[in-house]
Amino acid sequence: MSRSIVICSEVSLELGRKNIMSNVNATIHEGEFVGIFGPNGSGKTTLARALLGLIPVAAGTITLFGEPVGKGSRLIGYMPQTTTTGDTARLSVRAIIEAVQLGEHWGVPWCSLEAQQEVDEVLELVELHHLAEAPFYQLSGGEKQRVQLAQALLGKPKLLLLDEPLASLDPYHQQQLVNVIDRVKKITGATILFIAHDMNPLLRIMDRVWYLAGGKAMIGTLEEVISNNVLSHLYNTSMHVIRAEGRIFIVNAESNVLETTCCGHSHA
Amino acid sequence: MLDSYFHYEFVRHAFVAGSLAAILGAIVGYFVILRHVSFAVHALAHIGFTGATGAAMLGWSSLEGMLAIAVIAGMTIGAIGERLQRSDVAIGMVLSVALGIGMLFLSFYQGFSGQATSILFGNIFGITDEQVIQMFFLFLVTVTLLLMGSRRLFFASLHPDLAEARGVSLAYLSMSFMFLIAVAVTLASQVVGILLVFALVIGPASIAMRVTRYFWSGFLGSIAIALVTVWSGIFLACLTNWPPSFWITGILFLGYLAAGIIKR
Repeated sequence: MSRSIVICSEVSLELGRKNIMSNVNATIHEGEFVGIFGPNGSGKTTLARALLGLIPVAAGTITLFGEPVGKGSRLIGYMPQTTTTGDTARLSVRAIIEAVQLGEHWGVPWCSLEAQQEVDEVLELVELHHLAEAPFYQLSGGEKQRVQLAQALLGKPKLLLLDEPLASLDPYHQQQLVNVIDRVKKITGATILFIAHDMNPLLRIMDRVWYLAGGKAMIGTLEEVISNNVLSHLYNTSMHVIRAEGRIFIVNAESNVLETTCCGHSHA
Repeated sequence: MLDSYFHYEFVRHAFVAGSLAAILGAIVGYFVILRHVSFAVHALAHIGFTGATGAAMLGWSSLEGMLAIAVIAGMTIGAIGERLQRSDVAIGMVLSVALGIGMLFLSFYQGFSGQATSILFGNIFGITDEQVIQMFFLFLVTVTLLLMGSRRLFFASLHPDLAEARGVSLAYLSMSFMFLIAVAVTLASQVVGILLVFALVIGPASIAMRVTRYFWSGFLGSIAIALVTVWSGIFLACLTNWPPSFWITGILFLGYLAAGIIKR
């Protein structure tokens, strides 16, 4: 078995005093593509923040690359849910990414030739090199998301954490972005944690599913996790999985609420 | 022709003070626009009015009084954070009462009307030796701080979530930056007065950012526009005897319109 990149052992997470999830166990292996799903408020973003070391675990341990969370978090390529505020500044795509390359260091924002070359490389990876000099604010929603993805690739991270990259994109652009991410994975061999509301755009490329609901979590292959039994256990109510036209829908058997729909929604 | 004006000490003082305020304003203005906090420039200038008139009442210089109040108010705004930006009604109320209290202080002070005009609309030809030295010291400290922190500020302003993930304290950064805005606003108000500070701090950066796409071109462009504007304003004021504040704001407004038409 390949190297373990992320190990969550009996992890509990809290926000304030509110329990978000308890006793979560998961091991992510090198080169895996894992989709993280769950309803709004199930703790997807909280889990992401815990992996980044921004909130402490209430119990249990998270290990990244064999290091404790916090130290290991520095090695994550992170794509946040919000896009940059670069719109009003009318900066070019290259300048927006250079800002990340320059990072949190002291001094003036001077980008070395070497650093500029790496910006070119990540733009190439997400197929945006032709728009490097274009002003960021003129880009489409899908292109802006690719800029966000490009900055996450700086420093050649071995683990990518993508927080709802598909939110606010239409199905066509969702698929286009998924294809770009798939290509990035093939070229770089990075391990990918992909947070999404809807699993359907990822069915073709993800290796395993990490499903969060009802303060619990389950990780496994699609067949193992997306079943009536497992989901009913997680949600604590009777859930049905409906497969139609190669797509998956999850419905609450009692209230008939569609949980995973064909259109992604952003969540709090 | 220009050098004949330099025989006058008040013109030399105006050039030095104007240049210091222009450079600091241009640098701060660049990040103000990047961070969407232009309301703070407006707010701190108005709150500074209370400090300036209060200082006049107590016999201090308006620069000292304004600096003290603006720094306290700025740090408070920074500490309260983003919630304040959304509460525009609360800001409006606080600014009104600040101006009201400033008027009260003015009425206690004997040299009422002349002082009011110079605080509100600037009195660049009335700057003393002592004020130039004070301004130079403030300029040196703040520009050094800004240049040292500009890389981190640029990153955190464009990508706050990422910066947080890399261990940058956004609250601390925001407070430090508000301190720098307070100093820049105080210096700029010595040149154009508190009512016109907005133009001198925001104007050059917004013109430069409309026509550039990179940090350095926008940053240096902003400084160049600010310097040329203030120098031209002082020179034209000498020629025409019209107030320099009029020329400075007028030139910036035309520049803003032109940048909108060119757009790149």
